Amino acid sequence: MTPPEIHVSVNNVRKQYGKFTALDGVSFEIPRGETFALLGPNGAGKSSMIEILEGYRDRTSGDALVLGVDPAHGGLDWKARLGIVLQSSGESGNITVREQVAHFAAFYPHPRDVEATLAAVGLTEHASTRIKALSGGQRRRVDVALGVIGRPELLFLDEPTTGFDPEARREFWDLILELKNEGTTIILTTHYLDEAAHLGDRAGIIAAGTLLTIGAMNEIGGADARVPIVRWRDANGPQEHRTTEPAELVARLYAQVGSEPEGLEIIRPSLEDIYLSLVGTHASAPTAAQSNDETPAQPATVQPQASTPTETSLV
Amino acid sequence: MNALALGLKRAGYENRVYFRHGDTLFFTFLFPVVMLTIFSVAFSSSGNVGTNPDGTGGITQAAYYLPGMIAAGILLSGVQNLAVDIAMERGDGTLKRLSGTPLPVLSYFLGKFGQVFVTSILQMLLLLAVARVAFGVELPTDLGRWATFAWVYLLGIMTSAVLGIALSRIPRSGKSATAVIIPIVLILQFISGVYLRFQGLPEWLQTVASFFPLKWMAQGMRAVFLPENFEAVETDGTWGLPAVALALGIWLVVGVIAARYTFRWIRKDS
Repeated sequence: MTPPEIHVSVNNVRKQYGKFTALDGVSFEIPRGETFALLGPNGAGKSSMIEILEGYRDRTSGDALVLGVDPAHGGLDWKARLGIVLQSSGESGNITVREQVAHFAAFYPHPRDVEATLAAVGLTEHASTRIKALSGGQRRRVDVALGVIGRPELLFLDEPTTGFDPEARREFWDLILELKNEGTTIILTTHYLDEAAHLGDRAGIIAAGTLLTIGAMNEIGGADARVPIVRWRDANGPQEHRTTEPAELVARLYAQVGSEPEGLEIIRPSLEDIYLSLVGTHASAPTAAQSNDETPAQPATVQPQASTPTETSLV
Repeated sequence: MNALALGLKRAGYENRVYFRHGDTLFFTFLFPVVMLTIFSVAFSSSGNVGTNPDGTGGITQAAYYLPGMIAAGILLSGVQNLAVDIAMERGDGTLKRLSGTPLPVLSYFLGKFGQVFVTSILQMLLLLAVARVAFGVELPTDLGRWATFAWVYLLGIMTSAVLGIALSRIPRSGKSATAVIIPIVLILQFISGVYLRFQGLPEWLQTVASFFPLKWMAQGMRAVFLPENFEAVETDGTWGLPAVALALGIWLVVGVIAARYTFRWIRKDS
């Protein structure tokens, strides 16, 4: 096998539920060791895509290979190489955390150490608690522990941090980065774009069953979508300008005004901004009805749709 | 670890979970004991059953109801327990999670059988103990009768277990599982000679009941626990044990085939 080995390859996959097309010819590849974030709004086809790769659903047409095996016909040996963290489930949980993790460990040929895994997901002090007595976020950690206990080569994480508090999410990220360092290939779906940006090497954005764009985290959406935005206020009200040379613009502004421009900010569009503009354009999403009270729209400004830019740098 | 060893591990796990689950513990495990107690106490004023004109040969209400409750216990521990349990596991995501792991289906089944076997043996012991200690029922002393008990029980519990797996496909969701399964099991108990005297039912209803396994389990258990003078009131004046073996055997085969071909970890594409 030649490096980089391809762990997941999807070619023109379609999925039809009756007349509804959930996936309309999706293609992508994930090499070994990559963390790939599959992003998209609810109902876009993310879950269908993931479940086809996990072997839970059959595709209508197209080709798919997961660890070299057609996921529609994956046997037990194949499953032993996967780790699957499903979206939250409602299992009754009349079993303690340690019992559950140890029990699942027995399914796999080369499981991780149970205690070490419990420690890694931060559940050591709850190891003797029954799962049903845990909080939502703690149950999610059990899900993750069960997903990684078999030392998977490929790990599916379907909205893994829903319901986590910010601190728990940070800890979870560290855990995932550790798995990544061990060489685990990871497919991640999430609604938290900062999570995708933090963990992912590449991302694909899917909407209405189509892959809109795919690329490295810092390139996705194309160069245009990443042009920094400079905002300030002058006598005519709020101003906004997009330029690849924001420092030059600010310097010019400063020279003109002769003083600190009011409300000056330089914004580099975050993954979330890019995502929203892509998905929004595609779905001709809810109109810009949420008008900003103080913003008489400036002509000729290409603005990412109403969103809160998250990476703000003040000059 | 091979499928067999994993099956044993599953059985331990399943049993642990079973006894931590209040609902099943009451409606499946303790139910026959509770019913035996209620019937024995409620009808105690009616005196003994099957007393000869000379005042001999009668047995207490508890002794009379014991075989039926034992048969019901077998049905509940197999059919009701597994059908509801597996339908709920399919509904709440347990099966989906398991099917994403390298756990063989065979091991999963072995685990369920192990759970059914252990819980139903304990249930039998509890029923017999309550009958003996609380209601003074005289248990058979004859080895031949206990041999009959052994094969009727084994055939009955295996049949019930595989039928439970097959029936688990019927409820559309985990929440509807008890609502769908319990009526089936309850009706069978009423028409198969558990709560009502079988020979007292209209003939057509007896015929209907004969198509289902519970009637045969109850009949087999009457042969074990009732005195000989009760044999005369059975159909054709005999316990009909060969027919019991044949009927349960056929249901076992049907159940194995149905379980084998209908079981799915998840409802794909629902």
